[in-house]
Amino acid sequence: MSYQFDFSFLYDYWPDLLAGMRLTIGLSVLSILFGFIFGSACAIARVHGGKTLRTIVGCYVDLVRNTPLVVQAFWLFFGMASMGLKIGAFWAAIITLVINVGAYTTEIIRAGLESIPRGQKEAADCLALRRWQVILYIELPQAVERVYPALVSQFILMMLATSIMSQISVEELTGAAYGIQSMTFRGFEVYVVVAVIYLVLSWLTRTMFEVIARIAFTRRRLRTPL
Amino acid sequence: MTALVTFKDVHKSYGTLPVLKGVSLTVPEGRVVALIGRSGSGKSTALRCINGLETIQSGTLEVCGRKLHEANCDLRHLRMEVGIVFQSYNLFPHLTVEQNVTLAPRLTGKASQAEAHEIARKVLEQVGLAEKAKAYPEQLSGGQQQRVAIARSLAMQPRVILFDEVTSALDPELTAEVLKTIEQLAQSGMTMVLVTHEMSFARRVADEIIFMHQGVVWETGDGSMFDNPQTPELRQFVGSGL
Amino acid sequence: MTFAGLTPNQLLFILQGAGWTVILSLLGFVGGSVIGLPAAVGRISKNRLLRFGIAGYINLIQGIPLPIIMFLCYFGMSIAGFSVPALVAAAVAMTAYCSAYLAEIWRGALMSVPKAQWEAAECLALKPFQRLTHVILPQAVRISIAPTVGFLVQIVKNSSYAVVIGFAELTYTARLLNNSTFRPFVIFSIAALLYFAICYPLSLYSRRLERRLKRG
Repeated sequence: MSYQFDFSFLYDYWPDLLAGMRLTIGLSVLSILFGFIFGSACAIARVHGGKTLRTIVGCYVDLVRNTPLVVQAFWLFFGMASMGLKIGAFWAAIITLVINVGAYTTEIIRAGLESIPRGQKEAADCLALRRWQVILYIELPQAVERVYPALVSQFILMMLATSIMSQISVEELTGAAYGIQSMTFRGFEVYVVVAVIYLVLSWLTRTMFEVIARIAFTRRRLRTPL
Repeated sequence: MTALVTFKDVHKSYGTLPVLKGVSLTVPEGRVVALIGRSGSGKSTALRCINGLETIQSGTLEVCGRKLHEANCDLRHLRMEVGIVFQSYNLFPHLTVEQNVTLAPRLTGKASQAEAHEIARKVLEQVGLAEKAKAYPEQLSGGQQQRVAIARSLAMQPRVILFDEVTSALDPELTAEVLKTIEQLAQSGMTMVLVTHEMSFARRVADEIIFMHQGVVWETGDGSMFDNPQTPELRQFVGSGL
Repeated sequence: MTFAGLTPNQLLFILQGAGWTVILSLLGFVGGSVIGLPAAVGRISKNRLLRFGIAGYINLIQGIPLPIIMFLCYFGMSIAGFSVPALVAAAVAMTAYCSAYLAEIWRGALMSVPKAQWEAAECLALKPFQRLTHVILPQAVRISIAPTVGFLVQIVKNSSYAVVIGFAELTYTARLLNNSTFRPFVIFSIAALLYFAICYPLSLYSRRLERRLKRG
């Protein structure tokens, strides 16, 4: 094998990678934040809504969870463009990601909501709370705490999935890597470096959510099971 | 003396199974009424009807001036005046003791943040748990949790509190501390309805004891009715040590 | 004759892509099983080094986006001197990806076999390998079928990431077709529908298995 590994491109193209990294983080943070809010709302609708609303949310969840993210992105991005709607690749990516992670979040939080003991709702009702107050102050916080590990796994998958948005010309980390690759013809080295960056980002995401848990779920410090 | 709770010929069944078969009883303001009877006698169901957890099918039920037999009865406002304490405490595990107690006064607009804080201090002192305000429910013993549940009910300043077998899940030594709290509450003049298995406690605390059997009020009296049961059913019930 | 504005040839083209999606998914699943099963067993072995080594591999694969793994296989194999078609690179990448997730799913299944069963098998004087194949695996398989079928859905969907190295599966053919016809809503709706037609029955089946298992 005569191939010589050469990582010297890093010196010249580091700013590109940095810019890509910034976009990846931006995409991830926005889509996770809004996806969580949207997914929570849908989960509540799925559990407490009327029959029509429950069916609509159910169809949305099934449709999104049984088709690939890339196809969803293409559909939205190229479809919008063909209709003359220019929302820009970045926002098309955000919308796709929110819709996508929202569907998974809906299912996870729904499971959490359904696992809350009946007595909790009964007690809250008996304290004269309104229905939305019971949901917002009693059910949702407990549901999120119960399914938190599953949510975090889903959010990390989401962060990794932003890499596909280079396909609709969002120059995030993978897009930046592709650009560098096509200029240096050092494909393997570029992607090794990018893979390491993603590993670090995964680890950072996990750590960040652990910190959030420690702040949000005070009683976790007690180390007692739910 | 006004009646806070009035049952008149109340019927209720679960599917085809009748549970209440014409219950009539009243709970006057400031009195403590104990409902006793075997399991399946309808005592818990009757209690849960009082704050609308169960709906009745016929007869009339008036609580704090609200007609629960009418379809448009406003349960939320009823529950601002009727507190309940459950067998399984049902404290909110994600909130501290103080947050458990202040949640309802704050959210229902009964009290501001500062007022709610003051209420919490007062009611927690009343149940002897002022020093546990910052603790989480799971850090407390069963007896302490139940006392917090009582405090949570008190914080809404209800006109009547319902107790649904509140000591059944507790060890004997923990039972004692909860009963003491309820007894103090009784002495303060709070109107209370308790479903209980603790006969000696009912005898000591209740102004009136109602023995339910097969879905109706079978016998009524004060503490002395245990010494001199009028019906063979009550005699048997007392004799069985239950 | 056209359907939704597409000629029969164009439709055939996209159906062919769907065929390659199925083939790539199967290759990924088979390859992933061949590596994933021993990895699952090794993950719970008494050998610390083996356990940590496999855990490291799983964390590595699960911490890198699949498109990047696709690229790494594609460029990696070409610098190693193999001029391979995109299918091989995609299949290798899918194998790596599937093996990590299947190993985790199956480790979970192995660990959910009650401890008493392991002990009972030990008492029967069975050799470690016999214990595994005769007592533990049959039970673990029962537990693992529902999540495994559920993961098949992930495999089919994620095979679409092979689009980045230009492998002509469903997503890529749809994209090519869109470049020449400029009918994105129609074409990507058809692509989505085809994915849905493959995935949804699997999802339903997985859900049914799960419910059946819960009922015991």
